[in-house]
Amino acid sequence: MTQYVLNVIEPVMEPGFTPPPEFLEPIMRKLAIVNDELQASGQWVFAGGLTGPDATTVVRHQDGETLMTDGPYVEGKEHVGGFTIVDTPDLDAALEWAGRYAEAIGLAIEVRPFRH
Amino acid sequence: MTTDDAGIAHVFREEHGRAVAVLARVFGDLDIAEDAVQEAFTIAVERWPADGTPPSPSGWIITTARRRAIDRLRREANRDDKHAQAALLLEQDEPKEEGPVADDRLRLIFTCCHPALSPAARVALTLRMLGGLTTPEIARAFLVPEPTMAQRLVRAKGKIRAAHIPYRVPRDADLPDRLRGVLAVVYLVFNEGYTASSGADLVRADLCAEAIRLGRLLVELMPDEPEAAGLLALMLLNDSRRSARTSGGDLVLLADQDRALWDREQIAEGQDLVRRCIRRGQPGPYQLQAAIAAVHSDAVTAADTDWRQIVQLYDHLMRLAPSPVAALNRAVAVAEVDGPAAGLTIADGLDLDGFGLFHAIRADLLRRAGRTDDAAQAYERAIDLTENAVEREFLRRRLTELRRR
Repeated sequence: MTQYVLNVIEPVMEPGFTPPPEFLEPIMRKLAIVNDELQASGQWVFAGGLTGPDATTVVRHQDGETLMTDGPYVEGKEHVGGFTIVDTPDLDAALEWAGRYAEAIGLAIEVRPFRH
Repeated sequence: MTTDDAGIAHVFREEHGRAVAVLARVFGDLDIAEDAVQEAFTIAVERWPADGTPPSPSGWIITTARRRAIDRLRREANRDDKHAQAALLLEQDEPKEEGPVADDRLRLIFTCCHPALSPAARVALTLRMLGGLTTPEIARAFLVPEPTMAQRLVRAKGKIRAAHIPYRVPRDADLPDRLRGVLAVVYLVFNEGYTASSGADLVRADLCAEAIRLGRLLVELMPDEPEAAGLLALMLLNDSRRSARTSGGDLVLLADQDRALWDREQIAEGQDLVRRCIRRGQPGPYQLQAAIAAVHSDAVTAADTDWRQIVQLYDHLMRLAPSPVAALNRAVAVAEVDGPAAGLTIADGLDLDGFGLFHAIRADLLRRAGRTDDAAQAYERAIDLTENAVEREFLRRRLTELRRR
């Protein structure tokens, strides 16, 4: 079995902006179905949603000092908005879950295997 | 069988895919398989001329490669290489089986053409692993520097390993999609050979031959897939016109070709495949394009071409797999039946502005419709967009002729 992270690539939104419920509700419904099926399959490991760049801090260590900067490491129009970690027999199975999520959410999913 | 270098080279090309496929299943790793097979062939080059070619060259290569791989893995396993240990463990789990299994090559094809790899990587891997072409050969064929091609292969194999791209034939539900992907890779190789996208020569025959060889392999491995047979037929029928397509280095259009130069053997084989496909009643895009090519190959002279049947086949193709390029080809056929103006009406509605062939076809239709100025403009646009030197020269000639009038 191999672990993969499925990153949801979503557009960066204005701070405090939430899509209207009539937009979100059908997505959340579809998402719940995929989540339930993934959990039932025994291939679910961990999942979480992430806040936007406005709540992000980058930390570096330089010359004996810890430096912090406000904002994301790379500024962009898109970012990783959430992720699910799966444990599947091979890439095909992970890609299939990614396809299910992409269909439910309508966003691109980045699939990356864990190093082992 | 000869035991000279040419004989061994022939065995190498014929048996490389089979041997790599078996070893990749046994050791679960393409690199190990490829290196071991390479080593076995090196030994063959040393021994066969003196000892004679073994009764089963393929079995000899596989057995030798397997022993070499095990030796190497044992050495590396002692050095605490986890990867080698895993491969060795896998090998011990496998039942001893020296004979090649057709399915192994099928697995290898689907792995090399996996949609998670870039199209360029799929082509390179397929030619390397199944075709047994060397990296310099592939680099030359695609006019890419050798280190670039080597890097492309290394990256593709690295991704197969790191991302755990499976080594198996896809399950039934995914098979139609994945098969389309495999056929597309082979057709891409053929088309790159048939009209080299850039460079001085119009045709690179070695790539066409390689694509046809891969096409035959697909038909052999998947006899129940009519689209595989359709693709092979299409390639054979197109390739049959190869020697007639150029004359003294210049491009000759289908209508002006010396049909005596067409390869009758390839035509007979292609037509036979088309007939057998049609009887199955599961038409697909490759079968229909092959059927269109078969109609052309039936015509003794260009004037004898059954354009009505060709239009019907394009109508069918457009229902099954509509694409702007198919629509453009249909416009050419419609122009033959109903005149250039009818063809132009269809062509003008297509969104193909960045495609050289679109402008070349429009130019020809405009010329035939008597719209000389518009035709000249379209030729200029086509010349700008065409990378192949032979095709560009052809278009320039057409433009000069047009201006002379």
